Amino acid sequence: MLNRKEILETIDMVEKEHFDVRTITMGISLLPCVRDDAKLTASLCYDRICKKAEKIVKVATDLEAEYGIPIINKRVSITPASLLTSSFCGQEVILAKALDNAAKTVGVDFLGGYSALVQKGMTSYEQSFIKSIPEALAVTDRMCSSVNVGTSKAGINMDAVRLMGEIIKETAEKTKDRDGFGCAKLVVFCNAVEDNPFMAGAFHGLSEGETVINVGVSGPGVVHHALKSLKGASVDEVAETIKKTAFKITRAGQLIAKEASKRLNAEFGIVDLSLAPTPVMGDSVAHILEEIGLDCVGGHGTTAALAMLNDAVKKGGVMASSNVGGLSGAFIPVSEDIGMITAAEKGAITLSKLEAMTCVCSVGIDMVAVPGDTSAAVLSGMIADEAAIGMINNKTTAVRVIPVPGKTVGDSVEFGGLLGSAPIMAVSPYSCEKFISRGGRMPAPIHSNKN
Amino acid sequence: MKAIVTVIGKDKPGIIARVSASLAENNVNIEDISQTIMQGNFTMLMQCDFENATKSLKELKAVLVALGEEIGVSIHVQHEDIFNAMHKI
Repeated sequence: MLNRKEILETIDMVEKEHFDVRTITMGISLLPCVRDDAKLTASLCYDRICKKAEKIVKVATDLEAEYGIPIINKRVSITPASLLTSSFCGQEVILAKALDNAAKTVGVDFLGGYSALVQKGMTSYEQSFIKSIPEALAVTDRMCSSVNVGTSKAGINMDAVRLMGEIIKETAEKTKDRDGFGCAKLVVFCNAVEDNPFMAGAFHGLSEGETVINVGVSGPGVVHHALKSLKGASVDEVAETIKKTAFKITRAGQLIAKEASKRLNAEFGIVDLSLAPTPVMGDSVAHILEEIGLDCVGGHGTTAALAMLNDAVKKGGVMASSNVGGLSGAFIPVSEDIGMITAAEKGAITLSKLEAMTCVCSVGIDMVAVPGDTSAAVLSGMIADEAAIGMINNKTTAVRVIPVPGKTVGDSVEFGGLLGSAPIMAVSPYSCEKFISRGGRMPAPIHSNKN
Repeated sequence: MKAIVTVIGKDKPGIIARVSASLAENNVNIEDISQTIMQGNFTMLMQCDFENATKSLKELKAVLVALGEEIGVSIHVQHEDIFNAMHKI
């Protein structure tokens, strides 16, 4: 018979500590659907997604019932769409609408992969594709978009960085009736990973199999709860407890991932170990850091505490899963974490501190609302800074920032659901226009030459 | 398939009788059972074999959750693999 304490611990994790599997994401290769006609390609993509992901919602609901672990989101990720649209430049939005319809038909919460990988160079069809993003995000509901502008191996494509600043501005403008909501579905990456199950950055990489299941677990509340009994304990004891907790959480994710892939007739890909917060009380990464001993997240010591948390989560998770991947770390999205929202509201956390924090965790300046009059060049500057951190440190970094039209510091914005709410944060008043307008390619760092 | 049925709530006469009767009605075999009072709460764990059950695990779960609401206790039904995965190496 199983141990009573262990059974009750699992039940408490779900009932009181918000433990859940954040997402089951099915990656689907859409390369077989490529034709030179937009409508035909869109219709083939729609059919393929509907066929492959037909059962994902049912399987997730069944697993949730059988194992008693909530599965919050069901998602689909696809082959970067810029590779599907090269023959019909200017008509990309036809595909976007079909993808969104497919997501609605199969009943998934989000579909990711309206993406382009332009870290080194940008073809004319990729440029046309990127320019379609604002319109595509404005006319769809569940589709997410991402663009990779740099890698440690290729350097940073500064032309793409410049373009993305403009694209974010345009996306905000096109969705201004919803406070620039389109930008919440758009992320700019450096070192994007091919098997990320989390949104908005999920896409199904070219090196992936035909149909793959990736699972993202979550459990900031569980980690927070485990640390409550460690008042005054040394930092190594704290790290050890985080590791053990991450192990248990990940094992649940691994079980769900294996079972889901079997039932969906897909390959098991990876378990992503990220601690993903939600705006609900008791599900906050910021509160873990505060439990470790900070008065408020954002103060001195935050980066160090976060570094330890992020590393301990990985160490615990790595042993628990046969294949770990995705982003795997602690997420620090501002609007999606009640502790981060509170800290931002009282000015305890600023963009500069967030940038420092992204050096030691995944994934970057995430879900940050900035004044609507922030210039495209300043947004590009933020992207360039994050990309540089990622490039130099061989890690994934990203920017998902919302210049909220008509709002400024002192206002706040409400996105609802998992995306939460956020106060508008101040950006630096100094321009980087001349730097950004240079364009070109930032060479890869010296340590990329490892051959 | 083996599953763990957990019953937690305020103690009162007849909880075991009601829960086990419901399991028996649906041809679920109880293989192991342990019950105690923890911090004033009635806590019962049952390891059950659902192999020959007349309903699916999902349906039975709904029946038991409803029964729990009727008695005033909370009833969980979970595949035992989840506990093995999380707590055993």
